[in-house]
Amino acid sequence: MIISWLANPERFSKVFAPVRPYLAAATAILFVWGLYLCFASPEDYQQGDTVRIMYIHVPAAWMGLFTYLVMGVSSFFGLIFRHALADAAAKAAAPIGAVFTALALITGSLWGKPMWGTWWEWDGRMTSVLVLFLFYIGYMALHASIEDETRAAKSTAILALIGLVNLPIIKFSVDWWNTLHQGASVFRADGPTVAPAMLWPLLIMALAYHLLFVWLWLVRIDCEILSRKYNGLRARISFREGGA
Amino acid sequence: MPFAIRVEGLSLKKGYKLLISDLNFEVGPGECVALTGANGVGKTTLLRALAGFAPPHAGSIRIGDDNSDDSIVASNSHYLGHAESLSPSRRVDQELSFQCEYLGGTAGSLAEAVGKLRLNSLLDLEVRMLSAGQKRRLSLARLLMVERPVWLLDEPMSPLDTEHRALLAGMMQAHLSDGGLIVCAVHDPLPFETRELRLTRAEVGEVVYG
Amino acid sequence: MIPAALALLKRDLSLAFARGGGPVLAAGFYITLMAMVPLSLGPDAQTLSRIAPGLTWLCLALASLLSLERLFERDYEDGVFDLLRTGPLALEAVALLKCLAQWLGTGLILSLMTPVVMIILGAPVDAAGLSLIAALIGSLSFALIGGVGASLTLGSRKGGVLIALLVLPFYVPPVIFGAGLMDAYVTGAPIAQALGLLGAYGLFALALSPIAMGAALRSALN
Repeated sequence: MIISWLANPERFSKVFAPVRPYLAAATAILFVWGLYLCFASPEDYQQGDTVRIMYIHVPAAWMGLFTYLVMGVSSFFGLIFRHALADAAAKAAAPIGAVFTALALITGSLWGKPMWGTWWEWDGRMTSVLVLFLFYIGYMALHASIEDETRAAKSTAILALIGLVNLPIIKFSVDWWNTLHQGASVFRADGPTVAPAMLWPLLIMALAYHLLFVWLWLVRIDCEILSRKYNGLRARISFREGGA
Repeated sequence: MPFAIRVEGLSLKKGYKLLISDLNFEVGPGECVALTGANGVGKTTLLRALAGFAPPHAGSIRIGDDNSDDSIVASNSHYLGHAESLSPSRRVDQELSFQCEYLGGTAGSLAEAVGKLRLNSLLDLEVRMLSAGQKRRLSLARLLMVERPVWLLDEPMSPLDTEHRALLAGMMQAHLSDGGLIVCAVHDPLPFETRELRLTRAEVGEVVYG
Repeated sequence: MIPAALALLKRDLSLAFARGGGPVLAAGFYITLMAMVPLSLGPDAQTLSRIAPGLTWLCLALASLLSLERLFERDYEDGVFDLLRTGPLALEAVALLKCLAQWLGTGLILSLMTPVVMIILGAPVDAAGLSLIAALIGSLSFALIGGVGASLTLGSRKGGVLIALLVLPFYVPPVIFGAGLMDAYVTGAPIAQALGLLGAYGLFALALSPIAMGAALRSALN
């Protein structure tokens, strides 16, 4: 009900425009707090100061995956209900996700050097994140290459969904290829194994990243709506001037 | 073949923009509707929608009784667009026999169509060597090869010379008197009785959501 | 329906083989690529025989990309799809038949060459049979996924490079399973799992790609 009510782009803009400044402020505050906690938290007894990269790296990797999920769900709605706002939402999410994923790759590499003594470790997880990054690049390249808006939206939506279905398969195949990688250490059935002193800043940072995503996403969706409106108006003006 | 197309409240989009809104008309057996209107007004879009190539934004395209569904149109119609649906690198006879087999015609009907459209001298040539008018004649062959009640034609006369225009007009009249129906986008009036459907521009550039 | 399918298959095959187009090109590319390997890595027999299975799969994947650009583009530009859509076959079936013709024209030939290439690079001769079977399954997956890429980029004018960018990440699983299968065989490890996974991915591609191609073509052709 609420979703279909909000699905009108005009209404969507009107409802969320006033929210955005607060969202931006909350994001900034959380980042300041989170970063403070990162540096206030104790050093790791093995990794020393380099462990602080984790607070940037881990949430970025989560967000890379989360954004792809958002993109996939938006694409699904765009395809099934042929809704323009869902198309805009999927398109708006892609560059944000790509940046998160790139950040995860770069910080992972910076973290890997002091930890494993190498800039790049061809382990299952790094490789999967790299493939995820390639998905984002492919998605954006495809969107940019098709001029017709609706066609671009549809083609990229199909691509995003195929990607979503294939991601677990690719992850599995890459893991199958190389089973040598660290086990997931924060979310486990038997509770987190990261020390509480490290868990807190990590969770605050993760929350900050999520808010940052939502804020950027809303701004970009609004831009998309406005640019479509602009194109529509331009077509109308050129038709009137052309006088047919 | 009693066959009718009924269009009710049809709206069509191009991209996110509305091109045709709330269009109503009906074509019955033996009837030819001539689509007219300025360039870019949506004649081709409407013909493609009638062929079932693009789903309507709103409204319905029905065939015969109310209970039949949209997808039947494609398999009951011939669509002749601007592009000739021919591969330049193939020989004329190869293309003709492929179209005949694919659409379900017989060897006899193929030979008859070749004779009627005087394609005999072209059979050994590659499609790339043909002129625009010759290509169009080649495309027209499938109207005769495979009998289908609905003909959707997008400016079928334009590349043809006077002689072949008369030939096509004859084909169309014969189709109509057999109880077929034709929807045809035209610039110049056809040389037989038609019903004109003039398309005018809907709210251009209006962005339609949903 | 079946005569129409056969007619379409015949037409696409004759187009593929006309003027020695796709198949000869792909085969030439495949051989050239493999010839570059010893030239870039050195002719050391031990190194070559160790990496031969993996390299062959990489080159098979790359060679499968070659003619994807023309898979739907040619008929799209000539308006042939308008004709095909008024026929008895659903767009999904048309796309699948075109992929099949593409595979018969390139993938099959590349697969037949694979054991030879692998042996020249130093893989054991008794691996030939298995490598042929694996290459047949793999190249069919490549053709199907490639078809999805080709249908998505239809009319985008960036063609080949874009298709490669879109499609290669999806080639990861078959490349891994196929190369892993050959590795397992050479080192004497059990091959059932890798062969099963390769086959499963092939079936997955066969089930999913017609739906995706149908949807993409429909949006491109309206």
